[in-house]
Amino acid sequence: MFKPALPTLMLLLLAACSPWPGNAEVVHSERSLYRNIMVEDKGDLRCLRFNVKQNKSNQSCLYKSQPQQLVFNYTKLLFSGLMLNSKPGSILIIGLGGGTMSNTLHQLYPKARIENVEIDPAVIKVAREYFGFFENERVTATDQDGRLFIKRALMKKQQYDWIILDAFNGEYIPEHLLTREFLLEAKQLLSDKGILTSNTFSNSGLYAYESATYYDVFGDYFNVRNNKNENRIILTGKQPLPDIQTLGRRLPALDRQLKPFGVDIKEIFAHMTLASQERDWPQDTRVLTDQYSPANLLNIDK
Amino acid sequence: MFTRWQNPLIYSLAFSSGFTIMGIELLGGRILAPFFGSSIHIWGSIITVFMVSLSFGYLLGGKFSTRNASLKRFGIIYLLGGIFILPIALYANEIMQAIFLQIEDSRYGSLLAASALFFLPTVILGMLSPYSVRLLVKNKNESGQVAGILYFVSTLGSALGTITTSFYLVLYLEVNQIIFTFSALLLLLGLIAIAADKIIKNTAISVKEQEVHHV
Repeated sequence: MFKPALPTLMLLLLAACSPWPGNAEVVHSERSLYRNIMVEDKGDLRCLRFNVKQNKSNQSCLYKSQPQQLVFNYTKLLFSGLMLNSKPGSILIIGLGGGTMSNTLHQLYPKARIENVEIDPAVIKVAREYFGFFENERVTATDQDGRLFIKRALMKKQQYDWIILDAFNGEYIPEHLLTREFLLEAKQLLSDKGILTSNTFSNSGLYAYESATYYDVFGDYFNVRNNKNENRIILTGKQPLPDIQTLGRRLPALDRQLKPFGVDIKEIFAHMTLASQERDWPQDTRVLTDQYSPANLLNIDK
Repeated sequence: MFTRWQNPLIYSLAFSSGFTIMGIELLGGRILAPFFGSSIHIWGSIITVFMVSLSFGYLLGGKFSTRNASLKRFGIIYLLGGIFILPIALYANEIMQAIFLQIEDSRYGSLLAASALFFLPTVILGMLSPYSVRLLVKNKNESGQVAGILYFVSTLGSALGTITTSFYLVLYLEVNQIIFTFSALLLLLGLIAIAADKIIKNTAISVKEQEVHHV
């Protein structure tokens, strides 16, 4: 009677010693020139983190068993861009993270040229090693400051159908990527049907300034979000925005295309609002410029 | 007697020059960012240029102080400092654009741009520290102590210039407005120094005249 109990006991002991399934295991950590980088596994979930203390500072996550499924809300929200331009031939992603966006877009559009720009070479390395980020003749990654890349690209007369701006993390905002001058440069780099999506925040004093600046450069834009207190995506483009009915007609086809990635575009569409109709920032809000851009100070000030 | 105010005046001038130098250095990052980004090597360029120019400034200031040192000449250095920081506000974009087009590597681009913008004014402002020592030291014994107080005051000014600019000034003013404010401050201090020089000389003369009268 005692014999079977022993293995059971040992198993119990083992379970007690080993981390519970809910605990995160650090797979890799390094200190780059810009930040602390951590790769953590939590069950099936693998996440890239830039800060040890804050839990919300996950930059990029993937399910190891289903790398195709997008984890983060905001990554999904970025796909709202396809409503304005469903066939992007050239895509520029500023801010690599784990490279999930690049991988997903390559699967969706194998022929599209995708250029990733990331300031921190260590992030590119970690994305390759731990997040399955891949490069080929159509997908590239450059370690450079986003502003510089855009300036040089303008000189080379390049054009992009879709610029994805994802360079902000919760703690630090590159202030030169938020100014009127920068947005004008980005707008100039867009092809005629080009669109821009920006992943930003909506819960700080910066919100009004940022809104005013985008409105100043692009005119109207869509706010895409599903919780007022979290990320927001600013979706806009070179051309005036199409009306809601036109967008609605594009939904069914897009829905089929995006379902396999866990993106519910119909739900995203339901939460899209036009900035011009909300006008949820004061009329006299100062526009951010290269001369005036205390974004990080404004971000503290709630 | 104005001579009583001479030393406090020199110390507060040294404080202000420290304040402006670091204020400008801090804005350097903001000024270079649109053309050269905010990579870590941008700060490398800025700090290098400021350190190199300060060291030349110290050398020059020391040399300059050996010949006819006076509050007036001290004031003139301030005036020059105030004038030479103006191009940072007035021509930065043109200068950076030209360098940006010539140099692909943002490390050397930013190094050259930082040199073009900050070298001259920082050399001039750097001259002020050794010159202050020259004006303050009256005998050999106190020279170490005078230098100590001077470093204390000017470095404290640097610290305050850093924190004031980065925590507050950028919230209310544009980069160029801050530069213009610094310039105005330096020009004003220069004029005060020159005026003080005149007043002190006049009192010295009248004191001598009185002495002559008594005899």
